[in-house]
Amino acid sequence: MKAVITVVGKDTVGILAKVSAVCADYEANVIEVTQSVLQDLFAMIMLVELGKKNFKELSEQLNKLGEENNLKIHSMHEDIFNSMHKI
Amino acid sequence: MLETRDILETINMIENENLDVRTITMGISLLDCMDSDIDKACQKVYDKICYSAKDLVKTGEDIENEYGIPIINKRISVTPIAMVAAPCKDKGIVKFAKALDKAANTIGVNFIGGYSALVQKGFASGDLELMHSIPEALATTEKVCSSVNIGSTKAGINMDAVKIMGQMLKQSAELTKDKDCIGAAKLVVFCNAPEDNPFMAGAFHGVGEADKVINVGVSGPGVVRAALTKCDGYSISKVADVVKKTAFKITRMGQLVAQQASKRLNVPFGIVDLSLAPTPAVGDSVAYILEEMGLEGCGCHGTTAALALLNDAVKKGGVMASSRVGGLSGAFIPVSEDAGMIAAANNNYLDITKLECMTAVCSVGLDMIVIPGETEADVISAIIADEAAIGMVNSKTTAVRLIPAVGKKAGEELNFGGLLGKGPVMQLRKGSPAEFINRGGQIPAPLQALKN
Repeated sequence: MKAVITVVGKDTVGILAKVSAVCADYEANVIEVTQSVLQDLFAMIMLVELGKKNFKELSEQLNKLGEENNLKIHSMHEDIFNSMHKI
Repeated sequence: MLETRDILETINMIENENLDVRTITMGISLLDCMDSDIDKACQKVYDKICYSAKDLVKTGEDIENEYGIPIINKRISVTPIAMVAAPCKDKGIVKFAKALDKAANTIGVNFIGGYSALVQKGFASGDLELMHSIPEALATTEKVCSSVNIGSTKAGINMDAVKIMGQMLKQSAELTKDKDCIGAAKLVVFCNAPEDNPFMAGAFHGVGEADKVINVGVSGPGVVRAALTKCDGYSISKVADVVKKTAFKITRMGQLVAQQASKRLNVPFGIVDLSLAPTPAVGDSVAYILEEMGLEGCGCHGTTAALALLNDAVKKGGVMASSRVGGLSGAFIPVSEDAGMIAAANNNYLDITKLECMTAVCSVGLDMIVIPGETEADVISAIIADEAAIGMVNSKTTAVRLIPAVGKKAGEELNFGGLLGKGPVMQLRKGSPAEFINRGGQIPAPLQALKN
């Protein structure tokens, strides 16, 4: 399965590295990344392909990372977006 | 490829606008559980529900975790118990309610619907006993919901049943007066009841349905309202279009969840019910949608037209998005569960007559309205008859879920807490309909029933 991870928060050093480190721990391969920094607000959207590891655990780990670093991190199954926005 | 804007829109809907899948409801037929021995029948009912739905809650939670979509409730609806109990020789139909309650606790669902009877054209064996047992059944169980269909466009209105239900509704409140009259909140009186409705308290599994089926109810008043905040200065045609598009997106999500649940549980997919079902959470209100369209308060002149537009646009968006849409699909207007409705009632924008009028164009009826505890049973019956007449003539579902607040008068407040919210006790109209209600008999089906 593929998942979409969004990260929003105050721009600091190493956000991308921290998030992709968690992805690597859970064998999630990063397929695509778009990111932008508006003034000091950091916004990133990642598309990752999950291996055999559990999505729930990845998602919990990312939430934890978000709380520790004052970021809003959301991870959702790609199908949600496909079904809502494509006919 | 996914667009950034779309991704952010979806996340915003879930994070800030209370978008959720309100319920996954498994419909289970109990027709094969009949037995002339009531205890055996109850055991079969319990066993079948526990076996059929053993994975329902877990599957719901799995989907919730995997997709990142909140799924608030997992529920069960069953064949109307009056039918299942019909062959039983011994009295004591309440045993079925207890068996349902026990099964609900075992599998971990939060409500089970189907302590019901369909009496629109007359009483079959078991119907009257069930109706008279409703107050006791609701007072002695926690998770059982009850509904009675007393009218339809095809059959007319069974006024004998209307009279009984007025009394039962009042008794249901009285027997649970120590628990905020909660019994009455679990009882719905229908006209044209849908057989595949996943929403409580009116859910039951129709006799024309498959052995088991998965129905999903989606909600999202907050999302529709947020979409309308961007519509300042638009014409009404554009407003309708925005509602339609939003409803489409919400329903697509419900369809995805329904298909997943059906596949994982190996139970056929029934319908998606797209209903704007408010909760007391701020922002999750149908009244605020109407006010967003340009009304000063929900209930002022213009409210019925705005609601008609909303209800229709929601259905149109939903129909396009799902392979099968059913249930009640539209806009609910439960007063106590909707922060905007409560505020409108407290500010004298909304009264019982305007609400009755709104039910002619909403998707359900007089829902979660608190009335004075001393209201006579025949007045409640007359409210039921009025509401059923609106449904019968307009070929739509109407329902009555009133809560007589024992010991309270108009202007006071009844507070249930949680999803059921709180409501001001509403003033009813003057005059006694006693003679009309006591006549009994049947209001004949209207001319529009003769479509064949």
